[in-house]
Amino acid sequence: MNKEKKIIQNNKVGIVKTHTFSFDSLKLESGEKFGPVNLAYETYGFLNKDKSNAILITHALSGDAHAAGVHEGKDNPGWWDDFIGPAKAFDTDKYFVICSNILGGCKGSTGPASINPKTARPYALDFPLITINDIVNAQKRLVEYLGIEKLLSVVGGSMGGQQVLSWLVNYPQNIRSAVPIATTIKHSPQQIAFNEVGRQAIMADGHWKSGSYYEGTAPSKGLAVARMIGHITYMSDKSMAEKFGRAKKDIAETFKFTADFEVEGYLRYRGDNFVKRFDANSYLYITKAMDNFDASGGRRFEEILRGIKVKVLVISFKSDWLYPAYQSKEIVKACKLAGVETTYCEIASTYGHDAFLLEVEEETHLLKHFLKKVFYAYEVTGDYGA
Amino acid sequence: MARKDIQLDHGVILDLIKPHSTVLDLGCGNGDLLYLLIKEKNARVQGIEIDEQAIYKCVAKGLNVFHGDVDSGLAEFSDKSFDYVVLNQSLQQILHVDKVLIDALRVGKKVIVGFPNFAHYKSRLQMFFQGRTPVTGALPYQWYETPNLHFLSISDFKRYCRIKGINIERGVCIGVTRKTPFLPNLFAETGIFLISK
Repeated sequence: MNKEKKIIQNNKVGIVKTHTFSFDSLKLESGEKFGPVNLAYETYGFLNKDKSNAILITHALSGDAHAAGVHEGKDNPGWWDDFIGPAKAFDTDKYFVICSNILGGCKGSTGPASINPKTARPYALDFPLITINDIVNAQKRLVEYLGIEKLLSVVGGSMGGQQVLSWLVNYPQNIRSAVPIATTIKHSPQQIAFNEVGRQAIMADGHWKSGSYYEGTAPSKGLAVARMIGHITYMSDKSMAEKFGRAKKDIAETFKFTADFEVEGYLRYRGDNFVKRFDANSYLYITKAMDNFDASGGRRFEEILRGIKVKVLVISFKSDWLYPAYQSKEIVKACKLAGVETTYCEIASTYGHDAFLLEVEEETHLLKHFLKKVFYAYEVTGDYGA
Repeated sequence: MARKDIQLDHGVILDLIKPHSTVLDLGCGNGDLLYLLIKEKNARVQGIEIDEQAIYKCVAKGLNVFHGDVDSGLAEFSDKSFDYVVLNQSLQQILHVDKVLIDALRVGKKVIVGFPNFAHYKSRLQMFFQGRTPVTGALPYQWYETPNLHFLSISDFKRYCRIKGINIERGVCIGVTRKTPFLPNLFAETGIFLISK
């Protein structure tokens, strides 16, 4: 084996397993008590003796607990594998990394597709309307179960960033730092509008049947369209032009409205693939939770942050038009006014919203140094080589 | 860090800042000054910088820094939220100097301004004998590639402060290798002023 290959293999997390944490009930923001709750989660690296090296990764809309490594017998790595592993941004030789599938999800955690113990059938629309804060409250239970009182950091992009803000507002005493990436204090009408079109596509599918499709055919066409809309908003004009141009697919025309352009084929492929791994009702519940989220709770965000002793790193991307940089700047502005120690960087990426998964080098630099600073807490004494 | 390794203007600013102060550096570049202030003065610091690559260097030093331009970055700070606001070698590159200076005096209890002296004798000689826009140690750019938007002299700045009712608490003028008290507007390459309102 040559040296280069060895290095590449050495910074992999390797084979990982998804675990399940179960608890009896969770009090939802609505006041309703809901349970039992299962949370699927994975961990990478080892918790140190004083339990001060734990980092919680929060996933985006279609993510899951499988953030890094590979499952036995499979070869697809976790969704943030480029960031998690030895010598990577979340260095598993130093840190203990946790990622769990959200409440309401469909990848091992309790969601609308799970069996309702009262009826012995899937919840479907009997599943309660959940919020980002509910999702975070469930995560908090998992973190407690793992014996961690204070997380070194909570890090996530997009909807993961909303969860980071929820941690910051609701559990500032349980985190030492927070990294919201490409996210917002609250959705703009434009963001709600895109989600609503996705939901309407699902509900307009004849197979949806008010959510009770689990014994029959799933509303795959509707969900695929929702995902196609999503993918358009995740890319930028430039990244689409670079990836597809106006190139046409090399197929014999059989139908007037066949997918001639590369971009059409790509969206269809993405849509069709998504329905194999995602539940349509979960999509409805989760996008609703995103739309309803407001980290400021209707107040001035800086008032909520005042006095918080958490270090914050905010990252945005220039070409992201779904979660534009101005929304990240609003987070930064509130931190400024509240006197919270904050660093902000707008990365000059052309990838659009997807950039948070793709700009490995820049994000790794920021995350690595930021986490190091928080972990060693050197602050004012400056015992640190430049 | 040994004193001789510190940039002359940074050394001057270091002397102007009391230990354990809070400092906001507008246009902090690679963060060298802020890093020094942490090490030497136990200061609590925050930087604002427009250049993305400079942000990465600041973060590598463990500094808190905001990526953005100085012209729009000040409004969001509350009154007197820093002991010092520093504009070192950034004043001449700001679009709305007057507005930013007034806001800096609102946000900081004191403001430190450092800028290249356009009336330095080398500039004057180049203007006079060559009839060309001066290129000197403190003003190293050709006219077509300079990031500087404003050209001011030490006398200009003093006059500005007088008109605006700004107190000059300290003024340090530095030449090529040392502080020059003699005819500063002629022999100083850089002027550094501690001002307050």
